[in-house]
Amino acid sequence: MSKRFSTISDVEIKELYTPSSLKGWEYEKDLGDPGKYPFTRGIHATLYREKPWTIRLFSGFGTACDTNKRYHLLLEKGQHGLSVAFDMPTLMGIDSDDPKAQGEVGKCGVAIDTLHDMEVLFKGIPLDQVTTSMTMNGPAIVLLAMYLAVAEKQGVSFSLVGGTIQNDILKEYIAQKEWIYPPRPSMRIIQDMLVYGTKHLPKWNTISISGYHIREAGSTAAQELAFTLADGLGYVQAGIDAGLNVDDFAPRLSFFFNAHSDFFEEIAKYRAARRMWARFMKERFKAQNPRSWILRFHTQTAGCSLTAQQPYNNIVRTAIQALAGVLGGTQSLHTNSMDETLALPTEQAATIALRTQQVIAEETGVMNTVDPLGGSYFVESLTHEMEKQALEMIEKIDKMGGIVVAIEKGFPQKEIARASYHYQQQLERQEKVIVGVNKYVEKDERPIETLYIDEKCEKKQISDLKKVKKERNAKEVERALAKLKKGAEGTDNLVPLVLDAVRAYATIGEICSSLKNVFGGYTEQSVF
Amino acid sequence: MFLVGTRSNRYFNMKTHTRPLRLLVSKAGLDGHDRGIKVVARALRDAGFEVIYTGLHQTPQMIVSAALQEDVDGICVSILSGAHLALIKDIQILLKKNKISKIPVILGGVVPEEDFPKLKKLGVKKIFTSGASLQEIVSYFQTLKPQG
Repeated sequence: MSKRFSTISDVEIKELYTPSSLKGWEYEKDLGDPGKYPFTRGIHATLYREKPWTIRLFSGFGTACDTNKRYHLLLEKGQHGLSVAFDMPTLMGIDSDDPKAQGEVGKCGVAIDTLHDMEVLFKGIPLDQVTTSMTMNGPAIVLLAMYLAVAEKQGVSFSLVGGTIQNDILKEYIAQKEWIYPPRPSMRIIQDMLVYGTKHLPKWNTISISGYHIREAGSTAAQELAFTLADGLGYVQAGIDAGLNVDDFAPRLSFFFNAHSDFFEEIAKYRAARRMWARFMKERFKAQNPRSWILRFHTQTAGCSLTAQQPYNNIVRTAIQALAGVLGGTQSLHTNSMDETLALPTEQAATIALRTQQVIAEETGVMNTVDPLGGSYFVESLTHEMEKQALEMIEKIDKMGGIVVAIEKGFPQKEIARASYHYQQQLERQEKVIVGVNKYVEKDERPIETLYIDEKCEKKQISDLKKVKKERNAKEVERALAKLKKGAEGTDNLVPLVLDAVRAYATIGEICSSLKNVFGGYTEQSVF
Repeated sequence: MFLVGTRSNRYFNMKTHTRPLRLLVSKAGLDGHDRGIKVVARALRDAGFEVIYTGLHQTPQMIVSAALQEDVDGICVSILSGAHLALIKDIQILLKKNKISKIPVILGGVVPEEDFPKLKKLGVKKIFTSGASLQEIVSYFQTLKPQG
């Protein structure tokens, strides 16, 4: 039997692709020029010639003060925008002094309890001049409100505040598992944020619909594409159901994809994503504004592809993955640091990750022309294959009654678990190779230096929180939280209510538990 | 409330054990990274172990109560968030308090090597970090002895 060749997602690949591989394929219909429907070749006519992608490194650790220093350093070294990594308690909407937060404070991101921490985090960083991305989902409404309150204190109008809040709760149930409330009330909060953002935040991306975590959880490339777009369809429907006109909010939706190691499969995935989204928006939702049709996306190289073994190899993996993102036409890019399977990145490792992007942008010449791979028999065939597989899955989800129902049934969760187990078995059989792990293994490796967050951080954070609680007006906090609870019971938009609570220095835990009292919590039916 | 998975025991080595080992497989703390633990849980089940998976966001108290209720032969804890020292310490204290500290605790996840001695001292029997193969993990569990 001849050897079978397949991508990392196990899509079979032929020896050679020729014009006959693209039967029935039409340039205008399937590709179009860059900047033209269906945007397969990219969302801008000139792409990186006019404006290079935004170099945006995800960063955050310890206290707000520690992270603020790292942000100033990254901006000095030529990074364009900020991207905040929060610690686990903040991501789950609990305070640093909560017993469940023990041992987690500041460990895998920065700890934020009140507006005070956000003020320190952005000290000396004018929010009308830097755009910020916040990876925040369950309590997204709280962190957005805190960011706006910091802008207010800096005298920056909300209309000038630019950036992105991830706010993609559906993929939390599917993959990342950081939720607070059940899916349906979570969707109501997102509706409120869409409505508020559409009215008051013209430069803010209200949701970053994320495939990244779906991929990290073990999905294939086509599953990443399918579930992400299915989530996107769910949010667009939610916006319409909230009474918005699709063209008023769709242009502020953005996407976030993974860049894994299978170079061409990833490029095909991004190109298929743009084409599929354009068609969905135009055909299914009848959007008229071309800006509603375009899929803008951020890319992060695949954390799950990095190895603790021979960690320097991770620099090479990241560079290749980043190049795939660029050739796929990404709008912004995060490159992982080589030490991220071990700990949060050291300053040196983060600098190499930043330099990797600068080398790609300024030494390789890949920015000279738009979509250099367009028209390749192979890339176009693979783009078509990604689209075909993803459409089949989206059709299944549609038949179930949409993505919320599919999630409640555990459909994406089961599919991902199955794919990740399949890949692991391929690794065990050495059908797929990870250098340094299941092939070319070295004994007696010397460990590299890593960043260590000690327990002092937790103590400092808790004592700061105590101080804020003592100094704030307790009555004002109580009043704001009571109003918020009432709003949650009714149908008022929750954003202004959370903003008031934040301004009074209510903690993230207080705000989220007020909402949880109304909305309830969530436990998933685990499958393996 | 827990998901129990067993497969046919024909893979199980009947020479060394009279019954399949019961393993509690858990995600401790706030961390939601469950890709690894699910793969491990399935591999252990396929190898003939009786696997009880707690699901996500378990406190030390919840893990130890489950271990007691389910009468398990081993406790697997997966932590990728960096909170392993605090969580393992609490788990061990509770195991001792409930007089079941003999049950081996096996840790998996993102654990820096400099924490290994501290964790061993706290009573962790074995640590698997990223890159460990399923074969390696399953073989280790096959050396465990049934409790009681």
